[in-house]
Amino acid sequence: MTQIMEGSHAVAEAVRLSKPGVISAYPITPQTHIVERLAEMVADGLLEADYITVESEFSALSACLGASATGVRVYSATTSQGLALMFEVCFNAAGMRLPLVMTIANRALSAPLSIWNDHQDSISLRDSGWLQLYAQDCQEAHDLHYIAYRVAEDHSVLLPAMVCFDGFVLTHTYEPVDIPGQEEVDAFLPAFSPYQRLDARDPISFGMYATPDYYMEFRYEMERAMQRAKGVLKECGKEFGERFGRDYSDLVESYRLEDADTALVAMGSLCGTVKDAIDEMRGEGKKVGLLNLRVFRPFPFEDVKKALSGVSRVAILDKNVSIGSKGAVGLEMRDTLYGTGIEILDCIAGLGGRDIRKRDVRRIVGLAEAGGGDIFYGLREEVL
Amino acid sequence: MTLSVGCTARPGKSRENRTGAWRTFKPNFKHDKCTKCGICALICPESAVHENQDGFYDADYNYCKGCGLCAEECPAEDIEMTREEK
Ligand code: SF4
Ligand code: SF4
Repeated sequence: MTQIMEGSHAVAEAVRLSKPGVISAYPITPQTHIVERLAEMVADGLLEADYITVESEFSALSACLGASATGVRVYSATTSQGLALMFEVCFNAAGMRLPLVMTIANRALSAPLSIWNDHQDSISLRDSGWLQLYAQDCQEAHDLHYIAYRVAEDHSVLLPAMVCFDGFVLTHTYEPVDIPGQEEVDAFLPAFSPYQRLDARDPISFGMYATPDYYMEFRYEMERAMQRAKGVLKECGKEFGERFGRDYSDLVESYRLEDADTALVAMGSLCGTVKDAIDEMRGEGKKVGLLNLRVFRPFPFEDVKKALSGVSRVAILDKNVSIGSKGAVGLEMRDTLYGTGIEILDCIAGLGGRDIRKRDVRRIVGLAEAGGGDIFYGLREEVL
Repeated sequence: MTLSVGCTARPGKSRENRTGAWRTFKPNFKHDKCTKCGICALICPESAVHENQDGFYDADYNYCKGCGLCAEECPAEDIEMTREEK
């Protein structure tokens, strides 16, 4: 049933319908509404889960890790500093191959303190072995949680997953969201079937010690699982489309790219603005299109290359920066498109909640056409 | 051996995993000046030193990792560390 609801509540509904047995989270802006709503649901008996209140994000994710190892579906949510505090546990959960699902309400990292949106938090965990999915609107933020659980828990994958959606821009925005019924969700997402679990009668330890003789092979197995996740994401995305009418069988979304000369590349809610700008520019005869990277880990090299095979240039909107290098998306794109002759402009843009408007998208297309080098886009020169 | 998923382990691994292979120096219990005080057995971090039938002490070389604490602490200086060639 379609209802008008806040993005955070749309996520909380997806979590309720996914029936996790254990939830542990620590409130932090702009994630708070998700976990508040879940706490209400548990208190009101709408969701049968143990809600473990903790004193920090480190403990929240540690509680989820332990609970997951006992063979129960788990959920957490965080953002920014909270995710930074979870850093160690993130790597452990992935290495122990525990299929946790966590929502990231994307927010900039301190310092300077900023509660506003960019992608620096989740991007900084790109090497942790978690899948990373980016939602462009509240409906996608809702839907991607079911897909995240399915893929993470698939025995050929067994890696944790982050569902990332933009802080405030989506977490606090009301949109119509189609909320499926419990039976429909159960049919798509059956009860968690753990690959192995902690059991006092048949003891096992997770994440043991690996000498240099074995460590690399464990990491390589994670890489192989991540590559297998591409196929599982496509299959689950297709099945989701068949059941619910919204297709996620592609790891990337192509918008008006068929005959485009210039492709913009973006992730998350920004894609909506970019699509509007593209429609305007198309009306003026400019051949522009968008590649929306819905999946950042595993990085969909083959799909990106295929989708961009016809373009002459690419302009990337990177809402993060690896200080001392480039934007994370820009680096992946350069790797993917190496040798194709496609020109690449990487724009670091929208950090710390700076708006990216349609006119900015038009300007960035202009810069790409003029063949400029990588930039921090839209700097206020007067304060530098 | 194939790798376990998530680097899991079953109990009993420390029995299978013969840490004696790490050793570069080997304690030789000479049973010469030994007063059978038992300090070596108490001090050994691997609990690898055991009393034998004659009341003297010997190391279990499957697990002794050659740290030398027993030799360092032996009041009678009856334990000699020698380099082990493999
Ligand atoms: S060398 Fe170290 S490990 Fe070996 S018997 Fe002596 S105290 Fe124990
Ligand atoms: S510490 Fe030395 S003297 Fe004492 S029992 Fe051991 S070997 Fe003998």
